Amino acid sequence: MNVPLSYYLILSAIVFTTGVVGVLIRRNIIIILLSIELMLNATNINFVAFSYYLQNIAGQVFVFFALTVAAAEVAVGLAIIIALYRTKASINVDDFQLLKW
Amino acid sequence: MATLFFFYFAGIIVLTSILVVALRNPIYSALSLLIMFFHVAGLYVTLRAEFLAAVQVIVYAGAILVLYLFVVMLLNVKREDRYHPQFLLGTLLGLTLLTEGLLLVFRGTVPEQPASVPAATGATQAGSSVLPLVGNTETIGEVLFSTYLYPFEIASLILLVAMIGAIVLAKKDIGGREA
Repeated sequence: MNVPLSYYLILSAIVFTTGVVGVLIRRNIIIILLSIELMLNATNINFVAFSYYLQNIAGQVFVFFALTVAAAEVAVGLAIIIALYRTKASINVDDFQLLKW
Repeated sequence: MATLFFFYFAGIIVLTSILVVALRNPIYSALSLLIMFFHVAGLYVTLRAEFLAAVQVIVYAGAILVLYLFVVMLLNVKREDRYHPQFLLGTLLGLTLLTEGLLLVFRGTVPEQPASVPAATGATQAGSSVLPLVGNTETIGEVLFSTYLYPFEIASLILLVAMIGAIVLAKKDIGGREA
């Protein structure tokens, strides 16, 4: 008894949408980065599910690369957060509107 | 049995991912993301991606999330964080996106069962490799170091650049001058 592929796609869609909504509605930069992790994980679930159902290992290799990019993104993102906190003592996105006209 | 496991993992994943967005305290958000990572790893095991499950636990739960917790505790933000004024718009956009995705899933044609004949799924094409009966890790290693050797090197370069960038961004003053 196997789970249909569409179940994985629906799960992935739900998690991805949660990430998008999190990026849009939260004001804490750390939560926004966590929401980006949610979206990356949703795509990874898709990759692994397709890799299993199409019997092709390439999907898992791409999850590996996505993981690498996620690690790099976290390192740079958190460094930016620390630099921002040092200048404004805040991690609220509403406080950073220097480039906003 | 597989269905039972899938619904357990999927339920916890959906629940914790909503908690990540909904909880006020960043530490609680990070911890629920930790639970989500573990259940995604479980889902990978049911999909016969054991290597990725281990990597998910080691890299995501062990390295990335610890980094998040470090920063949360370093900044020590206690202030209550209200939702953004564009809450309604964001939720609306999210619902639209979800509806669109679900429509695509339900209207498209996806294979409902794993491909029973591996040779029919592009084994002869370059760059695709069929899941053989040997270990999952060995297969990934072989493909990674033959077909995807060039992207692998690029990935190492990305990590190096990210490391240098993180150091440059987070360091207070480099070479004596104010950063």
